[in-house]
Amino acid sequence: MNFLASRPALVAALVLFLVACTAGESNVERGNREGILHYGNGSEPQGLDPQVVTGVPENKIVSALFEGLTTKNPWTLEPEPGVAQSWEISEDGKIYVFHFNPEAKWSNGETLTAHDFVWSWNRALHPQMGNQYAYMLFSVANAEAYARGDFDDFSKVGVEALDDLTLKVTLNAATPYFLQLMDHYSTFAVHPETILKHGTMTDRYTKWTRVENMVNNGPFNLVEWKLNRRIRVEKSATYWDRDNVKLNGVVFYPTENLVSEERMFRVNQLHFTQELPLDKLPVYKEMEDSPLVLAPYLGTYFYLFNTTRPPVDSLKVRQALAMSVDRDKLIRTVLHGIFTPAYTISPPGTMGYQPPQLFEYDPEKARRLLAEAGYPDGEGWPGVEVIYNTSENHRKVAVALQQMWKEELNIDVTIANQEWKVYLDSIDTMNYAVARRGWIGDYVDANNFLDMYLTDGGNNNTGFSEAEYDNMISQLAPQAHSQEERFEVFHRAETMLMEQMPILPIYTYSSKHLIHPSVRDLPSNYMDHLNLKYVWLDPDWNAQEGGQ
Amino acid sequence: MWRFIGLRLLQAIPVILAVITVTFFLVRIAPGGPFSAEKAVLPEVKAALEAQYRLDLPLSEQYVAYLGDLAQGEFGPSFKYPGRSVNELIGAGLPVTAELGFYALLVAILIGGTAGVIASLRPNSPQDYIPMTAAMIGICIPSFLLGPLLVLVFGIYLDWLPVSGWGDIPGDKILPAITLGSAYAAYIARLSRAGMLEVMTQDYIRTARAKGLPEWQVVIKHGLRGGMIPVVAFLGPAFAGLLAGSFVVETIFQIPGLGRFYVQAAFNRDYTMILGTTVFLSTLIVLFNLLSDVLAAWMNPRLRSQFGE
Repeated sequence: MNFLASRPALVAALVLFLVACTAGESNVERGNREGILHYGNGSEPQGLDPQVVTGVPENKIVSALFEGLTTKNPWTLEPEPGVAQSWEISEDGKIYVFHFNPEAKWSNGETLTAHDFVWSWNRALHPQMGNQYAYMLFSVANAEAYARGDFDDFSKVGVEALDDLTLKVTLNAATPYFLQLMDHYSTFAVHPETILKHGTMTDRYTKWTRVENMVNNGPFNLVEWKLNRRIRVEKSATYWDRDNVKLNGVVFYPTENLVSEERMFRVNQLHFTQELPLDKLPVYKEMEDSPLVLAPYLGTYFYLFNTTRPPVDSLKVRQALAMSVDRDKLIRTVLHGIFTPAYTISPPGTMGYQPPQLFEYDPEKARRLLAEAGYPDGEGWPGVEVIYNTSENHRKVAVALQQMWKEELNIDVTIANQEWKVYLDSIDTMNYAVARRGWIGDYVDANNFLDMYLTDGGNNNTGFSEAEYDNMISQLAPQAHSQEERFEVFHRAETMLMEQMPILPIYTYSSKHLIHPSVRDLPSNYMDHLNLKYVWLDPDWNAQEGGQ
Repeated sequence: MWRFIGLRLLQAIPVILAVITVTFFLVRIAPGGPFSAEKAVLPEVKAALEAQYRLDLPLSEQYVAYLGDLAQGEFGPSFKYPGRSVNELIGAGLPVTAELGFYALLVAILIGGTAGVIASLRPNSPQDYIPMTAAMIGICIPSFLLGPLLVLVFGIYLDWLPVSGWGDIPGDKILPAITLGSAYAAYIARLSRAGMLEVMTQDYIRTARAKGLPEWQVVIKHGLRGGMIPVVAFLGPAFAGLLAGSFVVETIFQIPGLGRFYVQAAFNRDYTMILGTTVFLSTLIVLFNLLSDVLAAWMNPRLRSQFGE
């Protein structure tokens, strides 16, 4: 009886509770009112030390907290003043002199000096630091030799503080993309006293990046870091360009599960999603006023050939495989039409460079080549295995290609997925015949894609080796007198690469985000580069929409 | 009693040592290491990294050094999260996972226990078939299906409960607890039904009825204590299982618990984190098994003889 009597009260309590839950303001509504962006950031960052971390989620947060010598304009990707308010480049393009903004301050109020940069670059390059992005500074004179431990006197490296506010950088050769690198987090300055307070210069295992310890110089400061839950930053009061920072803060969420991320967006818990599951694309594409934003992304999806392993050691076999892939059909049917077919390694239009296209979809020619290679109509084909890292999308692509090769060439190809680290190991040790691969550029320049295939390139992994190619990429291109001449060298090199075909290009990536209509000035760009300084939230987005 | 506990704890030492040893060497045999990355790093950089984490030492020395750290209660620094120790990561994830596990168990006991008892009162009647069929379905529906379904209905269509998060929005703990608890509720329903069926035929129940006690008092006061013994024996391992197995639910609901760290550690080849969580969880499992044995004995006088009392 007692239980029955209490039941209406229980039911009432439950109803009240549920009402209370639904009546709450969503993150987006509150964020719009308070100027706080709720940002789906992919995964929990490894850390926030610019010279330790690698990866996209880390990049977004570190770039909110720190600022390099230059920043990138999010619309044009052209360099803009950061810590350096101006710079001069010598005629031969080898010497850069950066003039610091005297207003550029650390979050503890100290002025940021050129000496801080020299110290930080020493840290970035120091052999004991284990900085996986050390190579970002290898265009600086003697930097690579220092990083390899050939000598230990850092003053021999081409970076020097002329005075507190002037930094001189000497390069090995003209590097047209050098200013872009100054916006990469591995080249950022860190606050020397803070690092030394919590450990030695090259310690990776220190607590200096914790909320209570961090000293930084970017537009935002770290105020909360809850592991696997959220990272909250708020507008800095010491940042030199604070008057132009419109957001009051940003909350970064580790949204590993794409499906959950999309659901969070749907119930207004997020302003921005890092990704979108491929199978949700059709729904969002057909939606009116869709929050879906697609844009070309500086990256190529391709297959690697192990040119030392039969049957793909035969150029004709590689060509036949490449020519019998109908990329348009693949993209249209399997990939929801959002990518661009690729026929070479470097994506189109990097700083104006247009790569060559040496072949197209031509099953007739592919069959002929396969016959010439000794497998007419697939006869005597020994079989080949394609490996890919475990992912539903990679599997779909592999299955589609397997089918195309069967139909066009009458050959059997097996496909096998491997867990990520196993897959990396297979590629690194060249224990594969054909392997799925993707490459996202660190800076907008074809060099970033072409230097992979240098003979001793750590990411070559195909067995491709041409002395002339090496010479063009590492000698001729850097010495070119003009951008046109440089592009001409790249064009020749890339033509040579694709004549040998150590890779099978499939498509150029696209970035895909869901962005709430209240978010302003967060433009798409080729690098999917986020410059939070410009972003703002329009609380009246609804009224405006209505008014139009 | 104390002797029994002491003995069991002593037996646990070789078990945990074996877990440490097997895990230590197994993770190192797996292809790929903590520092293999998509973009190749300089051999010098890789060597520096390995030196910072003692991976340059021979395996035997690494093993001895690790045991030395463990003896001091140190699981070592995480490879994946530089600047964080494994102790800190476990410390951050465990309270969340434990809380989630506790709520899930509560859901499981409330729903499962009630269903089991109700079913046992009229065996082989609709009152038995309906809850037991529901329990069977509960066992069969995996959490990666149930979770998104609940989210879709209560989070998105009805907009009653948050779709993700933990402790940020009121009510965000309800769906994860139900999702994680439901499979266990189903087990508990079956266990408690079986337990109750056995107990309700005992002589002391008949005596209780003969005394003229109302049926609900017979069930609750006399039946439950004996009928729930199988459930109690199941609770210890179940709670440990909840701690180790909450990964799926934590991923669906973006909960910052230990399960996510554990599984990611394996993918990242974060040696110290894999070892730390494995050792920690296996210790917990041993302890919870012991605890449920002790509890079961306390509830069942016949078992107490094994403690020599």
